[in-house]
Amino acid sequence: MKRYSAFAIAREAMRQHTGWDRAWAKREPKMKYDVIIVGAGGHGLATAYYLGKNFGITNVAILEKGWLGGGNTGRNTTIIRSNYLQDPSAAIYEKARSLYETMSQDLNYNVMFSPRGVIMLAQTQHEIRGYQRTAQANALQGVKTEWIGPQRVKELCPIMNIDGPRYPVLGGLYQERGGTARHDAVAWGYARACSDMGMDVIQKCEVTGVRQENGKVVGVDTSKGPIDCDKLGMVVAGHASVLAQKAGFRLPIESVALQALVSEPIKPCMDVVVMANTVHGYMSQSDKGEMVIGGGTDGFNNYTQRGSFHHIEETVRALVETFPMISRLKMLRQWGGIVDVTGDRSPILSKTPVEGVFVNCGWGTGGFKAIPGSGWAMAELMAKGQSPLTDEFSMYRFREGKFIDESVAAGVAH
Amino acid sequence: MLILHCPYCGVDADETDLHAGGQAHLKREGPGSSDEDFEDYLFLRANPKGVHFERWRHVYGCGKWFHAARCTATLQVFGTYPAQTLEPPQDIKDKIADARPGWSWGDKE
Repeated sequence: MKRYSAFAIAREAMRQHTGWDRAWAKREPKMKYDVIIVGAGGHGLATAYYLGKNFGITNVAILEKGWLGGGNTGRNTTIIRSNYLQDPSAAIYEKARSLYETMSQDLNYNVMFSPRGVIMLAQTQHEIRGYQRTAQANALQGVKTEWIGPQRVKELCPIMNIDGPRYPVLGGLYQERGGTARHDAVAWGYARACSDMGMDVIQKCEVTGVRQENGKVVGVDTSKGPIDCDKLGMVVAGHASVLAQKAGFRLPIESVALQALVSEPIKPCMDVVVMANTVHGYMSQSDKGEMVIGGGTDGFNNYTQRGSFHHIEETVRALVETFPMISRLKMLRQWGGIVDVTGDRSPILSKTPVEGVFVNCGWGTGGFKAIPGSGWAMAELMAKGQSPLTDEFSMYRFREGKFIDESVAAGVAH
Repeated sequence: MLILHCPYCGVDADETDLHAGGQAHLKREGPGSSDEDFEDYLFLRANPKGVHFERWRHVYGCGKWFHAARCTATLQVFGTYPAQTLEPPQDIKDKIADARPGWSWGDKE
């Protein structure tokens, strides 16, 4: 693999850009792999990458039903933060956030990580108490966040109206090293690095069955024929229940649509990410100048990657009070993704009833920020059978009552 | 917008008049049930990509809970029916079987 560098750009500029390689190789599946990862989104590719990088396991295939990074990896609002309340959450999300800091150098691929700061607005008395508690918890966990007053919020984000009649801004939980990254580049960078280690990234290859012998996985049936494997990682987000059913077990997951939208591009006006969880809206400005807006989920099970329009109306209506200047903006595009939501709003990284099958799902509405940490932990779990980052995220925690309850702590939006 | 017919008050209600309540026909567990049964009842869900039986409440109408048979892959609604039943009425089952060859009530899970 030729490295990307300033020198490479200069060299290619001299010869009409004829020397660039394919970022990742297009391959057909082999008969057998040590590990098969189902799902070439951010989490699946990161899992494969750290299997190779940290554990030297490179006889790996990543199978993707659609196209690389075409699911929730390409549909989120790219927010990165780690200000969670519970210790296991803070550990894995902070691991992820810290890996984002050096990801561009590590992958030799510019993922445009922009630690511009994330403010979660407190707009009710409950939120003030909740976020002050989270700030204290984060201090103990070693996650740098702080509680800031309304005037500081206004300084950081001058376009905000902090005296709204319904939802005044009473303060915020501020994470200075949170921010955004280029979501597609994260998938592409991992895919390029995986391909460089000799792994096969195979697109348009749907898994139709999971073959087992004596309760142990031996391979998968796919639209490109059967493929054998020793270990199988299911990293398919919204379709986790569908794939689990093919392997013969059930998950505590419901799949619902989550929507986002972007406005027409405007001049730079906002250099932080703002989340307003009481009104289910969050907003940041992309490098192209579009205001990127995320909303709440639909309440009903849905696999269509389309959401209900009234949620868009609700989200924008609520944000207009806090950001009056967006009231005249035209919205350009709106889209939906299918998110896999668990009962306690925390993910599942776990062994399963089938030996050799591991599952990584349940990231719900907030998976993008976790991609590198999730891949790091999942790789350790698959390679060693145990990881300190995944111990608490077993799929059996619901039976045992050991919830990692972020549904109350983190508010609804992620 | 999703439109469901409320079987109690006879109104075709918009999604904004309704509240979704998750999977229908769950077997309620009680004292003496095992941990596995409780896990099943409280957390494990069918979550099918296809025909889904689910609870809805007509919040901005009569306020009552009813059931709906709806496809999660196409958003097609096969029908709604009152909640005081352990399984959907025969005409809805027939309608689904016509539209989805191979489907039967027994393998809804």
